Amino acid sequence: MPHRTFLAFIWPSLLAMILFIAVPIVSVAYQSFFVEHQQVMTEVESCGPFGCKSEMRVDAAAMAELRSESPMGRFNGLGTYTNASHLAFDEVGAAWRGSDSLGEFIRQVMNLPFYKALIFTLSYTFIVTPLVIVLGFFIAIAVNTVSARLKGPVIFFSLLPMIVTPLIGALVLFWMIDARGVIGATLQAVFNDPQLSLKASPTLTWVTLFVYGVWHSAPFAFVVFYAGLQTVPQDTLESAMVDGASRWERIRFVTIPYLMPLATFIALMQLMDNFRVFEPIIGFSAEANASSLSHMIYTDLRSGDFPLFGSAAASSMLTILGVIILLFPVLIRTWRDFGRKA
Amino acid sequence: MANSIHQRSWPLVALSTGFVLLWLFLAAFPFIWTAWGSFKVEADFFSRADWMNAFFGPATEAQTGSPFTGSGYYGAWIEQDFWKAVLNTAIVVIATVTISLTVGTLGGYALARSGFRYTFWLLIAALIFRAMPHVTLVSGYLLPFFELNIWGYLITTIIVLVAINQPFTLWMLHSFFLTIPKDFDESAMVDGCTRFQAFRLAVIPVMWPGVVTTGLFSFLLAYNDFTVTSMLLSQDNHTMVPKINSFLGSTQQEGKVMYAVAAAVSAMAPLFVLVMVFQRQIVSGLTAGAVKG
Repeated sequence: MPHRTFLAFIWPSLLAMILFIAVPIVSVAYQSFFVEHQQVMTEVESCGPFGCKSEMRVDAAAMAELRSESPMGRFNGLGTYTNASHLAFDEVGAAWRGSDSLGEFIRQVMNLPFYKALIFTLSYTFIVTPLVIVLGFFIAIAVNTVSARLKGPVIFFSLLPMIVTPLIGALVLFWMIDARGVIGATLQAVFNDPQLSLKASPTLTWVTLFVYGVWHSAPFAFVVFYAGLQTVPQDTLESAMVDGASRWERIRFVTIPYLMPLATFIALMQLMDNFRVFEPIIGFSAEANASSLSHMIYTDLRSGDFPLFGSAAASSMLTILGVIILLFPVLIRTWRDFGRKA
Repeated sequence: MANSIHQRSWPLVALSTGFVLLWLFLAAFPFIWTAWGSFKVEADFFSRADWMNAFFGPATEAQTGSPFTGSGYYGAWIEQDFWKAVLNTAIVVIATVTISLTVGTLGGYALARSGFRYTFWLLIAALIFRAMPHVTLVSGYLLPFFELNIWGYLITTIIVLVAINQPFTLWMLHSFFLTIPKDFDESAMVDGCTRFQAFRLAVIPVMWPGVVTTGLFSFLLAYNDFTVTSMLLSQDNHTMVPKINSFLGSTQQEGKVMYAVAAAVSAMAPLFVLVMVFQRQIVSGLTAGAVKG
């Protein structure tokens, strides 16, 4: 296809992606070097029945004028990146000098908002992803063994946790684990502890979010593996049997190697999706105990009367950096594959 | 011999059937429970005394005279104007899917048929774009949209959703187009069609299954989106998902939580129908990227 025709076909798609994905990334990068204007304060004389006193007030008119003049805010260089709510170099340094043990240092760093969000995001990504792959694989193996009449309904119901809106799926579980909901009340009865609440302790909140993540994504792994299982070469399985391989050995040495590329594909998709974990934190109202990078940006944009664009932009840039690091092995591999083909 | 591979010992069959039933329960029970409970009053759905209350609904019967009540639905749809959010969702979703597919088939076809090196780079760029957390993009939109005064309208959200959808749509349609032999459009062009006529008259008619599958996933992305719709739409234009979220903030008081439950069940219902009708296409779509790649 000549370049001209190619361009004629692809330009609408390309334009949409450039305008609404590439340009915003550049604009976020630019925005991250700016912070909000300082409050313009004016001294106001306020007189009441008990005499006059002067107090400092925010001058709303001057602020509005300043904002319309330069909506980006004022230049701050890399200041936003290094401040206490992002990379927090000063605080980390102080924690390093001030703490006697590594555990104490980690505990102090964990209290900084950015590191708290980063550690949750990474834990979520790297705990949920392998569990999804393992659970999905076992469901696929099991469904493959049951009678054909069960398979249709099983696939229908299995798809539900994945298809349903993440926020709604999280809410449905959240209502059930409420102390008055069916799971929450059952847990209290089982452990005989009327104070037990999955929402109160950070550890239990994290576990709840991880369980939600596995529940939400396992169907995806299941469907992909199940489709893969239908194409496992029967000849190889038969010859393995002739050679005396047990059922487990056949799975271990024939099926699993055959499904390995699928596992890589699921891992890639899951890493990308889990890294931007966001809706479950809203759905489970888990803000107090867990925060992810995406959620951090969301709260910056939602804060007060005026969004904290600078802070959100700096967090966004750090998140994008994380995505690129995460994708790097894949990019290198794709590049090599392409080189081999060419 | 071929039979003995499929012969299973009964403990194994029992074990795997048990495991499948357990998974089935985990996957389906929360939805069935919530759908059933949405027809009860709050005292039953959130019952400290006995979980069976949510099943039989004694408080519902005491308060309304019947074991089922539509009061949650009435409150959400009529009192809280949930019908408006439903309408907005319908507009956003239909427009997003139509535009995404139109733009995406053109682009995907070009990517599948051009052999130049830049197609590889475009696909890689699309992969990186697909991995971008949506909220980082939204933080880039807000300020320009405020300045241009286009924030809060449905049309802005539709265009943004189309753009966010593009990387995925391109990848999927590109891999579907690769399965259609090149001879198809080339012979049409030998017969005197232009490239576009060949695309429209020879390729698209055999591409329908791929287009339908991709359309389903565009639909899901637009329908399930929370980040973009909650940040870019004004209160009046909210679609279902941000509307449900706003119920949670304002309806913590007694009785109102059932509005959110009813609204959530209302929003899930179309998805159930979708899975029932298009199960085969969804499965083939999920595996399209995997099995071929």
